[in-house]
Amino acid sequence: MAAIELRNIVKTFSDPKRGRELLTLDHIDLDIEANDFVCLLGPSGCGKSTLLNIVAGFEHPTSGVARVDGRIIDRPGSDRGVVFQQPTLMPWLTVIDNVAFHLRLKGVPKHERRARAREFIELVGLTGFEHHHPSELSGGMNQRVGIARALLMNPRVILMDEPFAALDAQTKLEMQEELVAIWQRHRCTIIFVTHSVDEALVLGNKIVIMTRRPGRIRDCVDFDMPRPRDITSPAFNDTKRHVLRLIREESTRIVHVS
Amino acid sequence: MTSVTETAAVRSRPRAGFSLSGFERLIVPALVIAGWELFARSGYLPVSLLPAPSAVLHALADWVIGLDETTQSYSGHWHRDALASALRVFAGFGLASVVGILAGVGIGWSRLIEKGLEPTLQMLRPIPPVSWIPLAIIWFGIADKPAIFLVFLGAFFPVLMNAIHGAKTVDRNLVRAGAMMGASQRQLLTSIVFPAALPSIFAGLRIAIGSAWMLTVTAEMVAVKSGLGYVLWDSYYFLRYDIVIAAMISIGLLGYLSDLGIKAIMGRVLRWQLGMTVQGN
Repeated sequence: MAAIELRNIVKTFSDPKRGRELLTLDHIDLDIEANDFVCLLGPSGCGKSTLLNIVAGFEHPTSGVARVDGRIIDRPGSDRGVVFQQPTLMPWLTVIDNVAFHLRLKGVPKHERRARAREFIELVGLTGFEHHHPSELSGGMNQRVGIARALLMNPRVILMDEPFAALDAQTKLEMQEELVAIWQRHRCTIIFVTHSVDEALVLGNKIVIMTRRPGRIRDCVDFDMPRPRDITSPAFNDTKRHVLRLIREESTRIVHVS
Repeated sequence: MTSVTETAAVRSRPRAGFSLSGFERLIVPALVIAGWELFARSGYLPVSLLPAPSAVLHALADWVIGLDETTQSYSGHWHRDALASALRVFAGFGLASVVGILAGVGIGWSRLIEKGLEPTLQMLRPIPPVSWIPLAIIWFGIADKPAIFLVFLGAFFPVLMNAIHGAKTVDRNLVRAGAMMGASQRQLLTSIVFPAALPSIFAGLRIAIGSAWMLTVTAEMVAVKSGLGYVLWDSYYFLRYDIVIAAMISIGLLGYLSDLGIKAIMGRVLRWQLGMTVQGN
């Protein structure tokens, strides 16, 4: 049984201003195995974030079913950790309390939850910043707090919605490497939304290419290149060429139709 | 050696800037008071109509510590009058804060509560609190209660409106993050919506404390026989404008101090905002 099953997912949004329905996701079928690192790759507005939000439980499909470990997803839950595009930390809490927020909700005593939080703060390299507020940290550091917060719940699945999009190139490279290291150590399933072919190929072992709106799955590319991946190697570039061709075919097809 | 001098110079700079701005702040009030004193002594208006600042200060001093009984029966009784007003302010304001925050966060968070409560409250809101005076007197008589009732009405709506605004404009993604971490509806409300609405709630509390003083004084002029407002109105009947102005100054001062108090609490509670806003620097 796949860790995440998406069956015939259709999502429409109503557009009351124009009095019509907007088809965002058009019959998505996807199986994600446990411990996969899946990158959802597609242009802006293709519905990849909507798909992620359905798995997170923030949105409900108009029709079709989404399951995690065989259970139908009907609400958000701590079995699915989400890392948002913006860090989305509680600005009134310090780093350590943000990371430990899940434990506070569960009523874990303070010293215990702080000890647990420290482990994960160390994991993302923020030791020494436990008592800073998010407003005192850079975007990259806050995004690490967001990752630590998601990891602490020990979720089966981590959902990431372009978490590095707002970071500079260098920080982004560092974070990507760290994320891969964390994934290798923690053995969890990751769904990572991105519009960057390079990012998808650096991170994923399965690249799901989506079409323009309405979002459909164009293709799935398995990519088992060993890590750390050399982004200048022939093997990397061959796959990149293949993925780019799939994307280009997709956009020319649209041009011909229109 | 040089480095020590440099550090000292750097450290002293902000302090010098502060004392300078402190001095600048006093220029305008000093000029206003000096001009007023001169104008009052020029004899252009009868002394009884426009008392000089020195006369007002004299009346205020006598009222506070009892010098020569120029304020007659009020001499030395300032603390009693101020306390009477302050207690009404804090009773009404405290009540309004609790009810206003609870109702406001509820309305801002839940559609059901919004539909149930908001139309009624919004219809009551445009009615000036002062227009409740007749009903307040026949319901509560002449004493503390009608004053507290009026203060409540005046302070409630600013707190309510700002709490609604604060709860409504909470970042939806923060709520999602909370739900993702397994928060129940109740936990979302207490652990996310309420703290996120606090900056807005404090803005409401600061407006409300001003309204609270305004309404205490108004109520004391009509419906109560004690407090700074009562002294003010009573002195008007006896043509003692020096005491009227002394009462005005007392009200202004106490209002200012209560606002400072709320600001101090706000500074502690919203310490996390430091560095987020220009004000924080």
